[in-house]
Amino acid sequence: MRYGMAIEINKCVGCADCVVACQTENNVPIGYSRDWIIEKVKGQYPDVFLHFESQRCNHCDDTPCVRTCPTGASHVIEGGIVKVTQDECIGCGACIEACPYDARYFHPDGYVDKCTFCDHRVQDGLDPACVAVCPTTCMHFGDLDDPDSDISKLIRKRENFTLLPEAGTAPQIYYLK
Amino acid sequence: MSNFNRRDFIKISGASAAGVALTPKLSGVFQNFFQKEGKHLLESDAVKVPTVCEVCFWNCAGWVYKDQEDNIKKIIGNDDDPHSNGRLCPRGTGGLGMYYDDDRLKKPLIRVEKEGQQSFKEVSWEEAFDVIEKNMKAIDKKYGKESMALLFHGKTGPHFEHLFKAWGSDTMGEPAGAQCLITREAGFIATYGAGLASPEPTDVRNADCLVLIGNHIGENMHNGHVQEVSTLIDRGGEIITVDPRFSTVASHSTTWLPIKPSTDLALLLSWMNVLINENLYDKDYVEQYTYGFDLLAEHVQKYTPEWAEGVTTIPAADIYKTARIMGAAAPKTIVHPGRHTAWYGDDTQRTRAIAILNALLGSWGRKGGFYFPEKLKLPKEAHPPFPKPKWSWKDISKKKHKLAIMGITNEILDNALPEYKGPHKVKGLFIAATNPLQSIPDEAKIKRALDNQEFIVVVDTMPSEITGYADVVLPEATYLERLDHLRTAHHRQPNVALRYPAVMPKYDSKPGWWIARKIGLRLGLDDFYEWEDFEEVLDWQLKQVGSSMEEMKKEGVKLFPRNTPMYLEDGEEYWFNTNTGKIELFSTDLDEWGYDPMPVYKSHGDVPAGFLRLIYGRLPMHTFGRTLNNPNLNDLKKEPNLWVNPKVANIYGLENNQEVWLQNPKGKVSSFPIHVRITERIRHDSVFLPHGFGNKGRIMVNGKVEEMSRTYGRGISDAEMISNIEIDPETGGTGMRNNFVTILTEKPTKTEEKS
Repeated sequence: MRYGMAIEINKCVGCADCVVACQTENNVPIGYSRDWIIEKVKGQYPDVFLHFESQRCNHCDDTPCVRTCPTGASHVIEGGIVKVTQDECIGCGACIEACPYDARYFHPDGYVDKCTFCDHRVQDGLDPACVAVCPTTCMHFGDLDDPDSDISKLIRKRENFTLLPEAGTAPQIYYLK
Repeated sequence: MSNFNRRDFIKISGASAAGVALTPKLSGVFQNFFQKEGKHLLESDAVKVPTVCEVCFWNCAGWVYKDQEDNIKKIIGNDDDPHSNGRLCPRGTGGLGMYYDDDRLKKPLIRVEKEGQQSFKEVSWEEAFDVIEKNMKAIDKKYGKESMALLFHGKTGPHFEHLFKAWGSDTMGEPAGAQCLITREAGFIATYGAGLASPEPTDVRNADCLVLIGNHIGENMHNGHVQEVSTLIDRGGEIITVDPRFSTVASHSTTWLPIKPSTDLALLLSWMNVLINENLYDKDYVEQYTYGFDLLAEHVQKYTPEWAEGVTTIPAADIYKTARIMGAAAPKTIVHPGRHTAWYGDDTQRTRAIAILNALLGSWGRKGGFYFPEKLKLPKEAHPPFPKPKWSWKDISKKKHKLAIMGITNEILDNALPEYKGPHKVKGLFIAATNPLQSIPDEAKIKRALDNQEFIVVVDTMPSEITGYADVVLPEATYLERLDHLRTAHHRQPNVALRYPAVMPKYDSKPGWWIARKIGLRLGLDDFYEWEDFEEVLDWQLKQVGSSMEEMKKEGVKLFPRNTPMYLEDGEEYWFNTNTGKIELFSTDLDEWGYDPMPVYKSHGDVPAGFLRLIYGRLPMHTFGRTLNNPNLNDLKKEPNLWVNPKVANIYGLENNQEVWLQNPKGKVSSFPIHVRITERIRHDSVFLPHGFGNKGRIMVNGKVEEMSRTYGRGISDAEMISNIEIDPETGGTGMRNNFVTILTEKPTKTEEKS
């Protein structure tokens, strides 16, 4: 079992529904977010290219955030989901420094918070809130270890990229062109 | 009420506000709610209440999820709902912020004068109704009931329409007409004998080619349509987007045509020219179902792609190419009618050109084109016949505009001006869930009309510009706290959806139906309100169609079988609701009424030297001014940017994120600054401004400022900069896209408008 996400950038409209759905699902305080939208524009008028990326923790295979955590609050659970145990987190911020994706933030209640792939939903067989809400259905969640899963087939079939592969963390969110 | 100058009042309150410390942005219940950490609301623990979203007019059905303590935690789409298919857009998902917003109107307010200063005082509902009763009766006595006009929007509207019709005034209109889609409805009615209404019955999910002209799907989150466009991308379909801006959907399109703004009709006519001259149109369909083809064929001969290139700046080769793509995919080609079509003052003609193009492609009534929608017929509750008013909105607008199919807000306001000397004077306004100062153009004129009123009531959930002009302000409950009419909008399948209150109204707010009924009883309209709770009406209605409140509270949405086919059968006899019974390429009605029977291209002139065209549009996370302060949606986008091309930035010496002001050709300077976004995504002759920002509504209540604190003063209001309004002769709709601005890099010393 290895959870991952595939996001079709040819369909995403950058509406930020994933952001607000995550906030309400996970009680993320206003002013903070576990996921966010990046707009990328290339070219010169009228030959312009644009795409949006819905970004979040990449739930990497090689996790500098977990390695640097002095208390063991940052850890990996089944399926490769990277989590933070709130009670064990001392808010030192080492993991925030270590993450090449800037995917973690200080929660005002004094701990570090981040995307959990909505593991509380996944346990019930549901998609993460961001995936479930997306009006364009550009986001897909599933088991990368299962060659027959929809997400594995999509990644095989479509040209794709990951963010900052050079950081060497083996990110598990794939952007499909 | 006293005869004061309301514009002065705004200035007074603005000035007094300068030294007032505003409440922190996060306070009270709202903060507590979001900082309650750790506990996720699991499906099994959730209490679910059906709702119909009111954050925009798409009215998606969904479920409000509450925890066991009655806290609204989230809103999720209803899987059975054809508007949302179980997936709400960001505004619907963030809709709970409409409820939690602590800047909401909280208590009924009446205007009072103390030591020469105007202010509001909090009063009880009964005291507010006393003032309303006294003043509506006074206007009736002095001028007649007809002189009290209603401006409205959304699902709040029908409660007050009922009240006004029962009382005896049919002087009413909604900005959703003249400022938005009336011209499109008129253009399609003149062609097919049928309008499009909402949601537009475009069969995008089965189309092979979609043409978007000035329609930024994906930035306008017309939910079901955004979803269907996504399926078209999946299927590798053609998307041709015509837009001076590289919109989001332009980036997902197979072709982007960056047209010179205001020349769209030239492109549409030249496409007709190619389809006809290259025999790409659907001959059988045109022969069987249309009227006036030969006249049209002759009419469009002069509109060659080569001619259109000079007008639109789109290369003729691209016009040929795209026409051929459209023709090859026909009838599964949709030239989308758009929605906000109040652009240049000849908008019925432009949208008619779109209707005609679709007829040539044979897409109307065809799979992958436009389907025939069906709507559930819901019987209306019994009441005595409405009294017949001596005059109505029709007397104001119907004689001037034969295709004014609904009240024309801007002309209702013309009759509210002091210089209006005719027989149909408007002397009082009842304004429900709309903010005319942003939704209807010509702020200076509207302010003069407001100053000239003897009585103004505002019903809304949030304070806005218009609130400051009211004599009585009534706080309406948000859609999450109230019951409204059942949603029965047409679709592929007839359906009904219920909005049920998920929680009790916060503060001292009340549902629209309750407010309207109470006023009705004050005005002696007891016969029109034989029910006590609006739920009784809905239950009765539902029972007439084999359902009930009990069932709908569980289901939220119920689908009904169709009675007629969704598409034309091959060669089927079909009678269109026009004079000829055919799709009128040559409109006999328009001809008879003295309008162009076929669209004629007319230049709208060039951008004046030293100016840029003002293009406005949507951001996907906001709808109108009143969504901007929603804490959840505000968090997604607090402030708009002014889009400028790098060439323009160079001329003005602008840097990214620099603060600038705008000035229009009449000298009006924006009240607030805006940050520049330098981007290749827009032509060099235009700037883009997202709609609804630049809020400057502040009211004084018991000596304290109330306002939309998260959005007050952020960005520039497009409505404020629009000074040139070109009236569409057929409908009275307000063309608002022939407007220009220049960029000021220094803070102007004076931002108030010269009166």
